[in-house]
Amino acid sequence: MTSAPIRVLVAKPGLDGHDRGAKIIARALRDAGMEVIYTGLRQTPEMIVNAALQEDVQVIGLSILSGAHGAIVPRVMELLREKEMTGVQVIVGGIIPDEDALELKRQGVAAVFQPGASLETIVTCVRQAAGLATGATPDSQ
Amino acid sequence: MGIEENIPQPGQFPYTRGIHKQMYRDRLWTMRQFSGFSTPEETNSRYRYLLAQGQTGLSVAFDLPTLMGYDADHEYSLGEVGKCGAPVSSLEDMETLFDGIPLADVTVSMTINSPAAVIWAMYLVVAEKQGADLTKISGTLQNDILKEYIAQKEYIFPPRPSMRLVTDTIEYGVKCTPRFNPVSISGYHIREAGSTALQELAFTLRDGLEYVDWAIERGLNVDDFAPRLSFFFNAHSDFFEEIAKYRAARKLWATLMRDRYGAKDERSWKLRFHAQTAGASLTWQQPYNNVVRTALQAMAAVLGGTQSLHTNSLDEAYALPNEHAVTLALRTQQVLAYESGIAAVPDPFGGSYHVEKLTSDLETGAREYIRVIDDMGGMIAAIENGYPQAEISRASYEFQLKIERGEQVIVGVNKFQSPDEKPIDTLRIDQRASDQQCEKLRRLKATRNNEDVVRTLDTLKRAAGTKDNLMPPLLDAVRSYATLGEICDVFRDVFGTWEERPSI
Repeated sequence: MTSAPIRVLVAKPGLDGHDRGAKIIARALRDAGMEVIYTGLRQTPEMIVNAALQEDVQVIGLSILSGAHGAIVPRVMELLREKEMTGVQVIVGGIIPDEDALELKRQGVAAVFQPGASLETIVTCVRQAAGLATGATPDSQ
Repeated sequence: MGIEENIPQPGQFPYTRGIHKQMYRDRLWTMRQFSGFSTPEETNSRYRYLLAQGQTGLSVAFDLPTLMGYDADHEYSLGEVGKCGAPVSSLEDMETLFDGIPLADVTVSMTINSPAAVIWAMYLVVAEKQGADLTKISGTLQNDILKEYIAQKEYIFPPRPSMRLVTDTIEYGVKCTPRFNPVSISGYHIREAGSTALQELAFTLRDGLEYVDWAIERGLNVDDFAPRLSFFFNAHSDFFEEIAKYRAARKLWATLMRDRYGAKDERSWKLRFHAQTAGASLTWQQPYNNVVRTALQAMAAVLGGTQSLHTNSLDEAYALPNEHAVTLALRTQQVLAYESGIAAVPDPFGGSYHVEKLTSDLETGAREYIRVIDDMGGMIAAIENGYPQAEISRASYEFQLKIERGEQVIVGVNKFQSPDEKPIDTLRIDQRASDQQCEKLRRLKATRNNEDVVRTLDTLKRAAGTKDNLMPPLLDAVRSYATLGEICDVFRDVFGTWEERPSI
């Protein structure tokens, strides 16, 4: 039996242009057989959530290195709730201190990856998250 | 091998062994720690602290909104003000940043690229207000827009108008600030984005050639501006390869400047550079290991003949460094300079078979990359084709896969892990920095002469549509306290903005 490939949006929110991590993750997920949509740089939370809806992804991966996660991630979660897209799982990677990672998880983020996480762990986590995801559109449940 | 015949001595063309005969015997490298955070006030006190600790130059880190040409109160600045550097939205912030620091005496390096001409104008006005003689002040503006398109991606405008701004600063420098380095051609960020040492070397030198081409096209004589072009390289972990990279860079630049452009002044041939240890090599796990990594990388930079050096702090995989960590990083340089004896001999690896072979291989490889980019029509065409970007992406993914497979060991990360690690103290920037900066902007806009602002911005806009050098109208706009965001908006209107095609 073949199931449809997992669809993931890899996004780079905020003003920061350091995209090395985001691109490596995007490649690794693609090499693991997933369909990866990479947004490119400087995406606002609105642009990210709209792209997730249009691309009908199960998982959104956010790469944030600048310390702006405390402002950006809550806004993404809020928009997902507003658009009744809570079936989409959000994973955050970047320079996220431990206490901030706990706070993000309290807000509904499925997982947070800090520097040094292996690609294998991340790929496995995205697979698990996609298994829990019910999709981008409310009626796809 | 016949070392004496084949390898010219330090201080002799093509300077493979160093640009000075005596190197550090005459003068040590400049210890220049890159810093900036929270507010201009907080950053100013960190600068005074660093100077009191024996640091010999300053290096300004700006926050992301400043790097992207937005004021602190812009919606895109949300969550970013003061996080990665000092926020500077207007001349007022620049005055605070250098309060009590005599710009006539201290050399200052500024890491700013897309809005570099604007920030430099602010700096020059502060120096002028302090009574400094602009023909005597010295420092370095990073102002290397090409590596932004290639690697760091902090661009605002399309490549051609951006190159025009860079060329304006070079031209203005020749006439008004002959001791200031208007561009620091940077491989650092190319390497941090995941390139190999060879790619860092090749793309950086090819960027340098592009700036030279534009300045000559502007009508400048190569020997009038080339002596003020400076370079900035990464100091990464592969010890001998790094030393060879600096040696190959000097040899290539000297040869290219003489043979490709006919430069006659030997100062045009000499590649001077700043080095910074590799931020991307720092690990979150077992952060004290970072002190050792940094010391080895710094040693490679010194053995490779750097003119100035930044050593990273052990906590920088987490955050901007705290005062304790940044002091230890500076002490690392001081131990190398005053205790280790490595500063006593220029290019001690000259003549070593291994290092000479690496130098020669890097030189050959870089020449090949330069030829490929020349054939594409130059670096701007190559960037528009996504060529250097794709080369770096591929290299960074391959490096990561080697870490995954354990072929590349990162101590504490994929080998020799410790199960229970104690957290370290890190610097946190709170929201008050942003609130304060927004309040200052509100007050500034209420008290400045807004008619002057409108007039100077209007003059700037008209000049931007011509081929005139934009530094004079920029200086006027800055003097009227027009903000960085207002000035960059004028350029956004006239030049448009740039977005790269996302690709993985």
